[in-house]
Amino acid sequence: MDDWRDRIFEAIKAAGVTQVAYVPDAGHSRLIERSIEDNDLRAVSLTTEEEGVALLAGAWLGGARGVLLLQSSGVGNCVNMLSLARTCAFPLVMLVTMRGEWGEFNSWQKPMGMTTQAHLELCGAACYRCDRPEDVRETVETAFRFAYYTNSITAVLLGQRLIGAKVFEEPEAC
Amino acid sequence: MLNRREAVRRLLADRGDMLVVAGLGQPCYDCFAAGDDPRSFYLWGAMGGAVPTGLGLALAQPERRVLVVTGDGDALMSVGAFATVGAEAPENLAICILDNERYGETGGQVTHTARGADLAAMAAAGGVRQARTVRTEAELTDAIGALRSGAGPLVAVLKVAPESQPGALPPQDGPHLKRRFRSAALGVEDR
Repeated sequence: MDDWRDRIFEAIKAAGVTQVAYVPDAGHSRLIERSIEDNDLRAVSLTTEEEGVALLAGAWLGGARGVLLLQSSGVGNCVNMLSLARTCAFPLVMLVTMRGEWGEFNSWQKPMGMTTQAHLELCGAACYRCDRPEDVRETVETAFRFAYYTNSITAVLLGQRLIGAKVFEEPEAC
Repeated sequence: MLNRREAVRRLLADRGDMLVVAGLGQPCYDCFAAGDDPRSFYLWGAMGGAVPTGLGLALAQPERRVLVVTGDGDALMSVGAFATVGAEAPENLAICILDNERYGETGGQVTHTARGADLAAMAAAGGVRQARTVRTEAELTDAIGALRSGAGPLVAVLKVAPESQPGALPPQDGPHLKRRFRSAALGVEDR
């Protein structure tokens, strides 16, 4: 079966990434598993998302390209650390799985989910939204080109309509 | 109590091809005062960023020694990064924490290390098994050897005196610091 998650993995490999910084995430789980299995990738599990912003700045100082996998809630954790990427013009690609939007059941996800793009843009990031599987590969490839050619923070927002909203049975939802 | 400037001067003397990440505030000034080098990357902000920046660099350059020099305030803000360093376990990463038990840039308020927090124990509990607290000149000599060439990852927490030091301000321009580092360390010339 054609899976857009595999298209992300292919785009990461094509971009020459060697460090994959991540926090555990259902939407990115296949990508994380494939990264761990790939001998040419260093998959680094983080305790909090802003660690990844600094980690990938260090990677670039050492000549390595990276990618940061996170959820929309984690964008809030990154705000001050993004000043490192912005002030020094480090290339940084963030692949953000969205919550708190299309089909969301959990109101606690809304404050960050509904403002993720605004937060990122205030921090100087270029944001590319992606809601259709057929757009994933091109969007991620374009994000890498933009980040690494222009020394920019670039975020791909993978919409909940693409990922599939988390569904809970009614009793748990009430 | 150790003198921070003297400790860092000894730590960085004849540094060879060691790569250095300096945390914001006094640790930056200490590293600059020891002798500027394009292979020193000074953080002027991004508090909590020194240890994870050093980790990314160490993973990217596994054959090179990477030394993080930072303060107790920065280390306390990113204490989870000790667990990430412990999990990744890069042998080429050494972390020197200059612990004056104060937030030196903001008026000298005490940090939690003055009130019972033990950064070496926190690092060890996070999985960085080689973690020590350094109080005497004899311990410092041993720690400098470990930081420069011992098998990592390792953390040395140097208990330093809180007195103020002469001004020594490194370059602040971020893209310049990045480009000169990559040029000197990697031989690449960025556009």
